[in-house]
Amino acid sequence: MSLSRFLSIIAMLGLCLFPAIAGAQVLDDAKLKPLVEALAGDNFDNTSKAVSELAKSGAPRAAAILNALSAGDLYVSKTDKSVFIGAREGSDYAATDPLTGAKLAPVPRSAAEKIKVNNRLRRDIGAAIGGLTLMSTNATERRTAAEAILKNRDPETIPLLDQAITAEKDAGIKVLMQRAKAAAVLNSTAVDDVKIAAIAEIKSGNGREALGLLTPLANVQGPVGEAASAAISSINSELELWNGIQNIVYGLSLGSVLLLAAIGLAITFGVMGVINMAHGEMVMIGAYTTFVVQQLIRTSMPGLAEYSLLIALPAAFLVSGAIGVIIERGIIRFLYGRPLETLLATWGISLVLQQATRSWFGASNVQVSSPSWMSGSFDVGMLTLTWSRLWIIVFALSVFAVLQLVLKKTMLGLRMRAVTQNRRMASSMGIRTPWVDALTFGLGSGIAGIAGVALSQIDNVSPNLGQGYIIDSFMVVVFGGVGNLWGTLVGAMSLGIANKFLEPFAGAVLGKILVLVLIILFIQKRPRGLFALKGRAIEA
Amino acid sequence: MITQWFFSHGDRRSLIVIAILLAIACLVPLLNLLVPDTSPLHVPTYLVSLLGKYLTYAMLAVALDLVWGFCGILSLGHGAFFALGGYAMGMYLMRQIGPRGVYADPVLPDFMVFLNWKELPWFWHGFDHFWFAALMVVLVPGALAFGFGWLAFRSRVTGVYLSIITQALTYALLLAFFRNDMGFGGNNGLTDFKDILGFNVQAGTTRSALFAATALFLALAVFVSSFIIRSKLGKVLVGVRDAESRMRFLGYRVDRYKLFVWTISAMMAGIAGALYVPQVGIINPSEFEPANSIEAVIWVAVGGRGTIVGPIIGAVLVNFGKTYFTAAFPEIWLFALGALFILVTLFLPKGILGLYGSWKTRQANRAAREDDEILPPVVKQNGTLMPTPEPQAAE
Repeated sequence: MSLSRFLSIIAMLGLCLFPAIAGAQVLDDAKLKPLVEALAGDNFDNTSKAVSELAKSGAPRAAAILNALSAGDLYVSKTDKSVFIGAREGSDYAATDPLTGAKLAPVPRSAAEKIKVNNRLRRDIGAAIGGLTLMSTNATERRTAAEAILKNRDPETIPLLDQAITAEKDAGIKVLMQRAKAAAVLNSTAVDDVKIAAIAEIKSGNGREALGLLTPLANVQGPVGEAASAAISSINSELELWNGIQNIVYGLSLGSVLLLAAIGLAITFGVMGVINMAHGEMVMIGAYTTFVVQQLIRTSMPGLAEYSLLIALPAAFLVSGAIGVIIERGIIRFLYGRPLETLLATWGISLVLQQATRSWFGASNVQVSSPSWMSGSFDVGMLTLTWSRLWIIVFALSVFAVLQLVLKKTMLGLRMRAVTQNRRMASSMGIRTPWVDALTFGLGSGIAGIAGVALSQIDNVSPNLGQGYIIDSFMVVVFGGVGNLWGTLVGAMSLGIANKFLEPFAGAVLGKILVLVLIILFIQKRPRGLFALKGRAIEA
Repeated sequence: MITQWFFSHGDRRSLIVIAILLAIACLVPLLNLLVPDTSPLHVPTYLVSLLGKYLTYAMLAVALDLVWGFCGILSLGHGAFFALGGYAMGMYLMRQIGPRGVYADPVLPDFMVFLNWKELPWFWHGFDHFWFAALMVVLVPGALAFGFGWLAFRSRVTGVYLSIITQALTYALLLAFFRNDMGFGGNNGLTDFKDILGFNVQAGTTRSALFAATALFLALAVFVSSFIIRSKLGKVLVGVRDAESRMRFLGYRVDRYKLFVWTISAMMAGIAGALYVPQVGIINPSEFEPANSIEAVIWVAVGGRGTIVGPIIGAVLVNFGKTYFTAAFPEIWLFALGALFILVTLFLPKGILGLYGSWKTRQANRAAREDDEILPPVVKQNGTLMPTPEPQAAE
């Protein structure tokens, strides 16, 4: 698909470029004329011959002519058998001289006939154009030409490729050309040794493409077939390796999503021991904050649209954090020491927040846009990664790092840890424990809000957003071990990777069920999680 | 003699409830079937089914209260046992459709024909017999609860951890039953029932009979609960709720007590689900939603946990409110439910019955004060007001 687009771009470039230098081509034109007329031959074989002749001539105009032929824009006049490039214009064709690119008098549609092409011819034309543009001064054109040959593997292009390879300066394109040549060699009648060398050349390239090129050869008798089978098996094992790597990377990215969703919970549940069933709604509020911020930016400061996510981050932290503090001061502080009641009350809060969002923003999804630096993808080896996937991983890890710093290096963190470890002693030392509780809960909720900003990029932003994450988050925290951020990190990542490795065997849903069952079994074995806190304080 | 045994083994309050339930079991069907439509006393058939649904919920609440109120195990997954019982009954009802389905296959239910299945999966065999389905209604939730509880209690998973993994359990089942290849109708579940034990499910008489059966089974559940609570075992359970470690140190095998009551409770929930399905006419995976199970917890909390009557009152009241609100003000229902969760836990930790209890204590105290003016003021202060502090669930 992209190939045809590139070809049409080349054609356009050709059409723009050539009228300017047409004067210098007069002699060539004279030689070219019979070739072009031969294109209108009475059968496809003759046309095909003419195409390769035209390509061999190396005339600069040839590419444009061939493109027109491929696109079905080349016509032959019924009266004087002259060939022209036509475009429909009412009952006439607006005609262009294929040799000079000059405008001709319009030809009535009844007086001209389209030169027909079939698929085989189109492939030939593609290869011919590929050969023609191999020497182009434009790197993109050369790359496209090499890719085109790699696709149709026309042995005729080998001499042209040899020429181009020696002249090529760009290393990437050179490799591509060599691979194209190898593909063409395999398709030719060359001797076995040359073909085996070509197989080695192809093997070094893109795995799936190489498989496609080599598979037809595997059944050939003799050394070529053996070499091809050997290459195929080595490529297959390489692909398997990349498959594993892909599972790990995808698992890491899923793990990062889990980490983001769970890390706030690791604070409220893990550090404070508060079962916050409204945690998912804090995430949801963060996502809606992103939506509101984007709306504000769109209406008042469209120039900042690209940075809307960066602006939404602190906003979401503040909004969710403030709501968290209100919840803690208003409800949860009356329920300390009664974890099961806390669970029920926060569930009630989550219902209220969900319904409030639904009344306010509507029950359907709202549209959150992605900045350009998060869209698109890139290749690493044989796997394709989207930028959003990578950013989520980076973002989750940085949130984790910042949180660790806050807990370990700031006054607030010190007080939080002191209150967690020994509330009465901390209180005796002058720490205002109720304040620390409120701030800790606010911090956990704020982190959840930040997670909401990130999740708004990969999930539907609806009032139910949080519900989808709450059970997974609890699983991560419980699995990793309560009261330990490192446990949360390891728990999230291993659950993510386990999920992705189970998916190919069991399917997405069954994989998830298996993971849940495994966690349930795991908790039996280690009731306090992977990284359990030790000591007497735990039993209190 | 039976009566005497009955009286000696049930407390007065439970006996009153059982008597009321038996009366309802007779009265509502009579008012539906014998009283003419025009009479103001006539109970329309839809109301019979609605009340029957409330009573199955009440039964679920009783089952939940048995483990939460008396043993301190907060299950957020009792909806799973309820739904499993419901599915077992649903499978029986599906098999009773026979060739009357849309695709008129004599053996396969419609959804299997639709999915191009050629024969009945092994786990569907036997469900054409009522006795087998009835057995499964009890055995499947019971076996799941036993396996799960055996693992959990043996390794001393308690408190919120247990709550969270029960929630994960029902969530995993939800995901599983949504899958078409599980063989339980996927997203749509089981529906379009025709007959139960040869009687038309839609008929008014069948509905009345189902209602009566529900009331009877609820009465039975109340009796079993109160029997367990009043036995020596019940005392141990309350001990486990209030001080699990101490009970263990006293030499009780805490895990076995918990496992017993947990399994009984799951079976009760399964029966409730089985009675629920023919009355509402459908069972689908949404019954496994964790939200449903938590809602059941609030019924118990509203009514008063640790009492036998409370859950019934809570379940009926909350569900009546739900029916009313979702019809009249659908926007408000979730606000109301959420507020209920918050307010009950903050202000009514013992539920409506607790409120009644503390009101009675207050009355008694006032009477005592009027009788006896010479009591020193300190004692007066101590003796009055404030409900006794909530016993902490084992953590």
